[in-house]
Formats: sequence, C-alpha cells, structure tokens
Amino acid sequence: MENIKKEVLPDGEMVMEDILAKYPPKVAKKRSKSIVPNDSSREQSIQSNVRTVPGIITQRGCCYAGCKGVVLGPTRDIINLTHGPIGCGFFSWLTRRNQTRPGPEGDNYMPYCFSTDMQDDNIVFGGEKKLKEAIQEAYDIFHPKAIGIFATCPVGLIGDDIHAVAREMKEKLGINIFGFSCEGYKGVSQSAGHHIANNQIFKHVVGLDDKRKKGKFLINLLGEYNIGGDAFLIEDLFERCGLTLISTFSGNSSIEQFANCHTADLNLVMCHRSINYVADMLEKKFGIPWMKINFIGANASAVSLRQIGKYFNDKELSRRIEKVIAEEMPAVEEARKEVMPHTKGKLAMIFVGGSRAHHYQGLFAEIGMSTIAAGYEFAHKDDYEGRKVLPDLKVDADSRNIEELVVEKDPERYKPRKSQEELNKLKKAGVRMKEYDGMMPDMVKNSFVIDDISQHETEMLIAKYKPAVFCAGIKEKYTVQKRGVPMKQLHSYDYGGPFAVFKGAVNFYREMDRTINSKVWGLIKPPWDSSPEITATFGSE
Amino acid sequence: MKTREKLDAATQNPCKLCAPLGASIVFRGIRGALPFLHGSQGCSTYIRRYLINHFREPVDIASSNFSEETTIFGGKQNLLDGLKNICRQYQPEIIGVASTCLSETIGDDVPMILREFFLKSTSEILPKIVSVSTPSYSGTHMDGFHNAVLSVVSAIAARGNKLRQIGIFPGLVSSADIRYLKEVMGDFGLDHVILPDYSETLDGGPWTEYQKIQQGGTSVGQIASLGHSSGIIEFGDSLKMKETAGTFLEKHFSVPRFASGLPIGIKLTDLFFKLLEKMSGREIPSKYRLARSRLVDSYVDGHKHLFEKKAVVYGDEDIVIAVASFLFEIGVVPVLCATGARTGTIKRVLPEIASAYDKKITVCEGIDFEQIYEKTENLDADFMIGNSKGYYIARKRGIPLIRIGFPIHDRIGAQRILHLGYRGTQQLFDRIVNTVIEKRQEASSVGYSYI
Repeated sequence: MENIKKEVLPDGEMVMEDILAKYPPKVAKKRSKSIVPNDSSREQSIQSNVRTVPGIITQRGCCYAGCKGVVLGPTRDIINLTHGPIGCGFFSWLTRRNQTRPGPEGDNYMPYCFSTDMQDDNIVFGGEKKLKEAIQEAYDIFHPKAIGIFATCPVGLIGDDIHAVAREMKEKLGINIFGFSCEGYKGVSQSAGHHIANNQIFKHVVGLDDKRKKGKFLINLLGEYNIGGDAFLIEDLFERCGLTLISTFSGNSSIEQFANCHTADLNLVMCHRSINYVADMLEKKFGIPWMKINFIGANASAVSLRQIGKYFNDKELSRRIEKVIAEEMPAVEEARKEVMPHTKGKLAMIFVGGSRAHHYQGLFAEIGMSTIAAGYEFAHKDDYEGRKVLPDLKVDADSRNIEELVVEKDPERYKPRKSQEELNKLKKAGVRMKEYDGMMPDMVKNSFVIDDISQHETEMLIAKYKPAVFCAGIKEKYTVQKRGVPMKQLHSYDYGGPFAVFKGAVNFYREMDRTINSKVWGLIKPPWDSSPEITATFGSE
Repeated sequence: MKTREKLDAATQNPCKLCAPLGASIVFRGIRGALPFLHGSQGCSTYIRRYLINHFREPVDIASSNFSEETTIFGGKQNLLDGLKNICRQYQPEIIGVASTCLSETIGDDVPMILREFFLKSTSEILPKIVSVSTPSYSGTHMDGFHNAVLSVVSAIAARGNKLRQIGIFPGLVSSADIRYLKEVMGDFGLDHVILPDYSETLDGGPWTEYQKIQQGGTSVGQIASLGHSSGIIEFGDSLKMKETAGTFLEKHFSVPRFASGLPIGIKLTDLFFKLLEKMSGREIPSKYRLARSRLVDSYVDGHKHLFEKKAVVYGDEDIVIAVASFLFEIGVVPVLCATGARTGTIKRVLPEIASAYDKKITVCEGIDFEQIYEKTENLDADFMIGNSKGYYIARKRGIPLIRIGFPIHDRIGAQRILHLGYRGTQQLFDRIVNTVIEKRQEASSVGYSYI
C-alpha cells in the first residue's frame, strides 16, 4: 500500500457526487449509502445486502444460482435436479469452473444438467407428478447416493411441495433425497441461496457418518469452491504439513465428506460470507471451533498455516508447516522479483463475490499493486466492517424469509475441542478464533468501497481512476476491455489459475504481468485517430 | 443402466434454451435499444452471462428485480420503477420488455402496466416500449426470438408510400451472417432493412468513449418502414405454421412475403439468389457467380473425402434442416438430425429434401443431449456438427465436432462464423473436409502429409 501516492487519489466525496448525479434523486439517495470513500481511521458504515433497485443493471444473480450453482454445484456425487422450466437448469450447467477428482471408481454427476423442464400444463396442473417421475428416472439410471431438488421461481407460486415429494421418494428409494426452496425471487442476491443450501446440507447430511478418520489433526475447509483447481493446491499443502482434511464445503467435495465433517477438530473459514453460519452451527452442535483463514496470497497463506499450527499446539506440526513454507517461498520470491518492475505502483479494482474482493488485495500488494476500489456483489455488512457489527444488524424482511436454523448441543456428540481456558490462552498467543475484521480496515484512505456496483458506477470509476487492471466477472469483462483497460475475471479466473497458496500466487503474479503489459493495449488506438483522450485510458501506461 | 429412450420425465443436458434469451438477442439488434426482463434478477444475469460468453461483447439487460413481496403483490411497481431508472441512466430510444416464467405465472399484464407508464410519466422524451410474452415453460429460445421480432414489427411497422426496399428477417444467425446479407443486398442494388441487426452491436471494436448502448442496429424508423416495403424475406422452415413478422406484414400491410430455409448449401442459396434476381431485376453479380462456381469446384475436389461419411446434426430446427440439406449435397449422410424443440418442423420438412436418404436418417425432436449420446452409440458417425453443448458427446465417442450456431462457448469468434450464402457454405465445407482429413491423418500409422 505504501506505493500509492496521495495525489493519485482524488477526493472521494467529489468523485461520489459525480457518480450519483446520473441517478434520479431517490435512487441517488439509496446508492449513496452503498458507496463509501474509505477512511479506516474512523468508524464507517456501508449499506449492503439490500435489494437492487429495479432497472439498475447489477452484477448479482439469484437465490437459485447461489444454492444450486455455488454450493451444491461443486459436489460431485449428488444428483442436482432443477424443478422448473428449462432456462435455469441450462444456465447453471457446468458454467462455474469448479474442479473435482472423483477417482477412477467415484461418481461424478457435475457434467450433467438434470431438469424437469416444466411445460405449460405443469404450471397449470402442478408439477409434483413430473418431479416424482424425474427422481425415479434419475435413480433408475444412476443409482446415486443422494438427490437434491432445486425449486425455481414458478414452483413456489404454483405450490408444488418439493419437500413432501422428497420425503416420499426418500422412503421409496432408500437414498438421501432433500429439497431446496431456493426460488429465484427470494433474498436479495445469490447469498440467500448459499444460506438455504448450507442449511439443508446441515439438516440432511451433516452428522450421518460418525466414523473418525485416521490422522492427528483433523480439519474442515469451509467456503473454498475449487475454482481453477485452488483446492487441489491447498489439499497438497495440508498433506505435506500433516493435516488431515475431512471435508471441503464445497470444492472437490462429496456428500460422504459432508456426512463425516463433524468429526474434525478445527474448521477453517475461507469465504466468510457464504459459510460462516455453517461454522457457527458446527461449533454449537458439535463443539468444533473455527478460524478465518486466507489462502490467497503467499503471505496470507503462510500466516494462515502458522495460525493452524498454533491452534493444534504441536511442535512437530509447526516444524512441518515451517518446512513447507520454506520450500515454497523461494519460487514465490523469484517470481515476485521478476514481475515487480512491471507491476509496482499500479492500481487495481476488484468487484467480486463475498470474499475475493478482500482476499485478492493482499495478492496484489505482494507485487506492489494497490487496490483503490473494491466491493462485493452479494456480501453483508460484516464482510465489510467485521463481525463486530453482528450484534447490531437489523434483520430485514428479505433476510427474515431465509430460514435461520436453531441449533443446540448434540446430546451425545457435542465435545468442545478446546476448553475456555485453552481458547483464552490461544487468544493471548495471537490466535484469532471466530474473528473477521472485514475488508474496509485493510483499504487505504480515499479508496472506494462500493457494494453491488452497477454498470454505470463501474464506468465512472474507470474513467476517473484509469486502473491498470479491473477484476470482476464475465458480465463486466468486455465493457472494461472495450475501454482499453485490462480485465481479469475473478469468478472463473478467465479459465486460468489456480491462484491459491504459493504456487497459485506465482501463477497470478505472472498472469498479471502478462495481462497488464500485453502489447495488445497499444494497438487499440488506430493511427488515423487523433482523439487525444483515449491514450489516458490505457491501463498499461 | 437403463437407456433413456422410454423415459422422458427428466431432461438431461437440454438441447434448447429459454424464451427470454431469444427475445434479448433480438432487442440487442435494434438501435438504441435496451432489453428488459420482467422477473427475478437471476434471469437477466444468467442470460447476460450466456450471451456475453458467446459474442464476447458487453450485453446489458435490465431487470425488474422481483422480490418475494413483488411476487405476492404483482410486479407492476417494480416494472414502473425499473423503466424510469433505465430511461434516466441509459436514455434508450426503445426498450424491449420480455416477460419471464415468474411474471407470467403470477399473471402480470405487461401491456397494461406499460400504458400506465406512459400515462403517468411526466418526462417529455420517452422511449418506445415494446413487450413480448416469453414464458420459458412454452417453447424454446427460438420461439422467444421469433415472437420478439413479431412483437417489434407489429408494434412499430407503419403505413406509408411504397418503398423499393426489402425487409429481411434472418432468424438467429451470426453477426458475420448479417454483415454478409447486407453485402449481398448492396451488391444487388437493393435497399434493405434487416431485423434484428446485431452485426455491430454484438461484434464491435474498442470504444473511444463509453457507450451506454452499443452503436448499430436496426433503427425504429427502419422498422416502421417495413410496413411499406416492397417485399419481405423470412428465413426459417420452423416459421411455416405460425404467425410471424412476415405473415403479419403480409396480412396487415399487404407486403409480399417470401419464406425460405436458411441459405446454407448450394440448393438453398441458389433459391435465395434467384429470389434476389427477381426482386432487383438484375442478374446475379459476377462476384457471386464466381463464388458459386468455386464452391462447386471444391465440392468436386473434396468429394472423395466426404462421400458416404456420416454426421450427427443438432441444434435449432432451422439450422439443422439447412445444414442437413447441405450435407446431402456434399455426399454426407446426416444419420441423426436432432433438436430440443417440439414443433414437428424437421419431421415435416426433411423428408421433402431427403427422400432418397430417408431410410438412413433418424430425426429426433424434443430430445436432450443424453438421448443424442445414447442414439450415437451404434451410428458409427464420422463427425458431429452443432453448438458447443454437444462437445462432451463428441469427446466420449472420439469423433470431431464442427462448431456452428448458438451457443459456442469453447471457441473464440462464434459471432464471426459465417454460415450463409456461397461464402458461408464454402467456409463450412472447407472446415468439414479438413476435419475429416485431419481425423484420418491422425489415425494413420505413417502420418502422411500428402493427402
């Protein structure tokens, strides 16, 4: 962050005025609460997780997308059956780049799209019969261990009871079948879908298999979706350190792992937004503590591994962790030195997800780049301002509609992994359990924090700051690149990656170097075009 | 494991997309237009993502962002608010509102809400607003596409002094196809209006300044002038049994309509050029004469590689029919012709084209990719031709896939694939022959480079 010169950043309030000028007064008032010129020296608050104003073109997806696409999508051995007309199933068919390794004998249904493909008569007369037949059909063909049913918008309206159908078919077929009421209109974004998905997994799968796996240090990794193979790199590190991974929610994941996850002794939370409630529920019901970790960036990865070492308080484990870090760092340093002259002092903007807009800031900082504007697509207030705001959060109508599970101590299986005394000791030793400070404290003064950024705001930011790289998703990609600004997708990684931990950091450094300094940006202005202003928009200059 | 032939409750890997997607493409081909989906924001987000990935261009689609409350009390207020905000931010010349399965199921009366919007609005400059009903539980993306063209034309076409001008409704073709049609019409000296025209909006260059709505597209004025054009050409065999923009203009404006399949292959392209000769009163320009003759020459050169080869053709009905007809010409048997649509068009039209072959051909409508996969088991096909979604079948069967149509997400330049006319056919033909040669070459133990 020290690379950033003060004069680079214009006064935030003035920029904000310009951005809002285009909106009708009511919209401007609403959006003004979601745009914050950052100043971590004082208490600041941002409006988030509120409904997108109709007609504002948003990055956000829907509840169904979050439930089926994000959380269950990466789980290979459950058949995900979309109950609805064809569009929703088609659009969520193998479009995220979650990777999986089923092994030679393992089931993998991820390449398939199952849908009841509802027609007019199903809307008029109800679709339950067709749903039952579709479940039977999926069972007859594949004999899966589990089937999940996902409701789309019309299903909630016509009153199909997917949960009753699930119960009936579960009894009939003797496999685990359960439904998700994740109609697209629920909640304010895909975040509602994450919550619904996790609740149902917790209710219907977690705890079904009590067998404790071999290993001294059993962990779960929560909120890692294995885009571009990130989880594979993390798994490799864990193995080399001597940590035994029970389950990942949900990348390279299986239903069997979920069933067994309550046997772990520590939960690591990667994406706080999508999964923190699972971490809380696992702690309440089974006594497993959790810590927020970050495996994006070499420095953050080293810090995270050391925290895990301290938690287990085992000399041999800590020794192995240090050994692994020492093995990994030389290649990281070498790549860093190589790209630094080309990247140092450049500006980045990140508008994605519920955690990446924060996590990737550290990775950029490692190659001398500052993030001057960032925001989430579907995060809540605590992801921006930290968990300290949780007690004061007001539950609005949209959140109230999403079921909040009431979890109690499991009468037989609750076993606190650490006593209160041990937890206090850990805290003194600098191990931060159940804490997350959010994105805003990590950002420099006058940088921008914007929730649910619109197309218009994106354009204004680019025009004002001319960043070297803009990170978002496919929907923003070409608008940004049309302006001659390099763009990196951080949902799909532009079909590249992995970017996690040390080897991933090396990939990312080199990819940023190539992206920002590609010769192609120099060709955008034709020789016969004398308009002077466009040169200013070239990210590489 | 059971085969799925007798089962059809679940669709497994669908070979069709949903109606609002088709309507959105049409609206992106109108100048100054912004598509607007009346429903959950997920519909617009999913469809944007899909179109952006195919065209590799920005595609903005607004939404009325339904909430649970909207769903219960109706979407009127959200639609009104959304339109107001869009007008202010984007200043569109026209807004295309397509419904979704959500708004259709709750029964929102979109035309009535739009009337209210105009009545209540205090702003002086208001865009045109056109609406189309596109519930995704009826038909496919192609129905959404054709219905949107019909809605736009029926809302805007106007009477006037007869123009010496031809209107073309090409259907869902590539940006390059639209550019080609313009070139052909220009070479015949025919004034023309193509609807939709996303040749620039969905295949454009970098911007010197931000474009809220990409430049290009058919203007509202041009659409109005369709009502007093001298003729209409409408591509697509699937349109024969339904009301279309062309039949609407014929019925209400007495504009003569000429319907034809997509001009792919010599036979269908000849028909198209014959028609243009008639319409323009000119002979076919020598440029096209030469292109046709080069194409025929290449058919002769390539025939030894292609005769009796077997192909699986799948996708939208109109492209499947036109490509199958082209394959007959070059000696390839389209052993399986498949589509996710259920209108009966392929079964009706294909035997007319392919009477000599029909015993060797299986036609499947309302099919999904998993059924196509099963059907290919004993077909011993040499290649597949269709969109990206059949790739996994080609991969499992170990045969090449030649990518055409929509959607193509695993190659660059989908919007630049030329399918139509002598030139498009030439490009398709060369790709097909070379694919077959490559497969043989790779299978050869020697690795001949002299073929």
